[in-house]
Amino acid sequence: MAISVKVMERPEPEETSYLRAALSGMALTFKHLINPVKVTQQYPEEQTDLHPRWRGTHRMEVHADGRPKCVACGLCPTVCPANCIRLVGGEDDQGNRYPIVYEIDEFRCIFCGMCQEVCPVEAIHVGRHFENAEYTRDRFVYDLDRLMEQEHPTTLLWDPSDPRSE
Amino acid sequence: MEPISGVPAIVAMVAKVLGLFTILMLVVAYATLAERRISAWIQDRSGPNRVGPFGLLQPIADGIKNFLKEETLPATANRLFFVLAPMITITPALVVFAVIPVAAPLATPWGVVDMIVADVPIGILYVLALSSLGVYGLVLGGWASNNKYAFLGGLRASAQMVSYEVALGLSLIPVLMLVGNVTLTEMVWQQQQMGIWFALPLSLAFILFLISAFAESNRLPFDMPEAESELVTGYHTEYSSMKFSQYMIAEFGHMVTASALMATLFLGGWDLPGTWDNAFWHEGQLIRGFAEDGSVLMADAAWWKTLVTFGAFGVKTLFFLLVYIWVRWTLPRFRYDQVMALGWKVMLPTGLGYAMLMAVTILSLDTVGMTYGFTYGLVLTGVSGLATLAFLFFIDRGHTIAGAAALNRQRAHAARHARGDNPAGDGQVVLPSAVGD
Repeated sequence: MAISVKVMERPEPEETSYLRAALSGMALTFKHLINPVKVTQQYPEEQTDLHPRWRGTHRMEVHADGRPKCVACGLCPTVCPANCIRLVGGEDDQGNRYPIVYEIDEFRCIFCGMCQEVCPVEAIHVGRHFENAEYTRDRFVYDLDRLMEQEHPTTLLWDPSDPRSE
Repeated sequence: MEPISGVPAIVAMVAKVLGLFTILMLVVAYATLAERRISAWIQDRSGPNRVGPFGLLQPIADGIKNFLKEETLPATANRLFFVLAPMITITPALVVFAVIPVAAPLATPWGVVDMIVADVPIGILYVLALSSLGVYGLVLGGWASNNKYAFLGGLRASAQMVSYEVALGLSLIPVLMLVGNVTLTEMVWQQQQMGIWFALPLSLAFILFLISAFAESNRLPFDMPEAESELVTGYHTEYSSMKFSQYMIAEFGHMVTASALMATLFLGGWDLPGTWDNAFWHEGQLIRGFAEDGSVLMADAAWWKTLVTFGAFGVKTLFFLLVYIWVRWTLPRFRYDQVMALGWKVMLPTGLGYAMLMAVTILSLDTVGMTYGFTYGLVLTGVSGLATLAFLFFIDRGHTIAGAAALNRQRAHAARHARGDNPAGDGQVVLPSAVGD
């Protein structure tokens, strides 16, 4: 669509009226003053309905026996554009790989969600959650235990066949 | 009924001073909350509702916050005047209330107590003298801050308040002519005698006073001294903590005082319709009115009458406070030239002309021998109504508070002249300021 300019015709000064305009403005504000419908969201009581594809605080999925699903393949630190994931992998007696250290710096993170997209075992997720305020800066580096404790719902991945998530 | 005297009079005086001061400070504190909540409602928001029920403890939280804030003192500020200025601002805003009668006289076992802190004989002159002192605080604060925005704010405050002082004084002249006295108790009494509150018989004076009161208390649309979008916050840019709070209390104190003054001068003060509550000290007696043969009708003061009339006074004052807030969140700020033009080119001549008109009307009515009363008020209402209509017609034609349309036309006109295609053909360049009007 072409951009068009609508030229507003200014009324002649003889036809303008400060007083009438002021009074109609007062009437309008009074109408809003007594209008009981307010747009304010009473936030802590009324929670925002987050979109299914909202990308927030990370969480690590766990197996039924409480082990992390992560297999320390190293894809997420590789793909991470903000370089906020630190992963040190290890191997147990049966030859299963697991993360010895898995840390995400939520300050560096840009919440692009690529870690979740790249994860082959659906272990690391971004979540539908944003209330992660803390009193100290070092609390923003989430270690493995902390990631596994998170309970918020995880983000829905973008589906090319349903681009609007409907 | 005798007026109170001796030791009980002193006790009553102290009680009145403390009581009124407390009420005034409470009203000021809650006016800040009302301002925030009403502004929120006008914008379809809820406003502060977290501290206490309905946010009612918010002013206390604000007060604590202001006490705990750091006091800043700019290194280049004039220390003496910087500290002094907020005090100079806050004092006149609070002491003006002393001469406003707040209720009907209260009957006590020791005598009748007037519900006014100081019924000084100079009344309204005291109000004018002290309220114009308030501007010194703003100018001093702006100058002492050594900040160009603060200085500009102070300059604007002085120019604006001096300009509108004139219109304020002129709008009071018809009231003084009608009352024949300057004490505010007499003004309430004369409105009771007339049976119509002066808002109708002196409608144009009421409108002029209302506009001037907005300008005098630096409220939108006249908040040139603050003008956040141009001057940071104007004269109090450099102030923090309780010094800033003093400026805020002064601004709201001015609003409350101006509201109470408007209620007293034009809405009958504590008067309620009917003669049951009338009371006035006439030759040492508390009278309710005069009988047909000129003898006095005695008033009987009662505690419930005092209470009811105090409520009436409060409602009227709060109504004007609501109008203050309502107008602030409706109308945008004037340009500086509009403020000056409105003050000097509209308010001043209108005030002068109206004072003359009322003088002629009152003189004619007295000459034909009409007694002061309801009919007298009706005639004045008619004359004033015509004057008000004429005034509204004039101001309503875009002559002074002309918007962008008039400005555009002036610019186009000036540009045409500057190019030389002057319709008059004399080829002279005309400056924009000389065009229009």
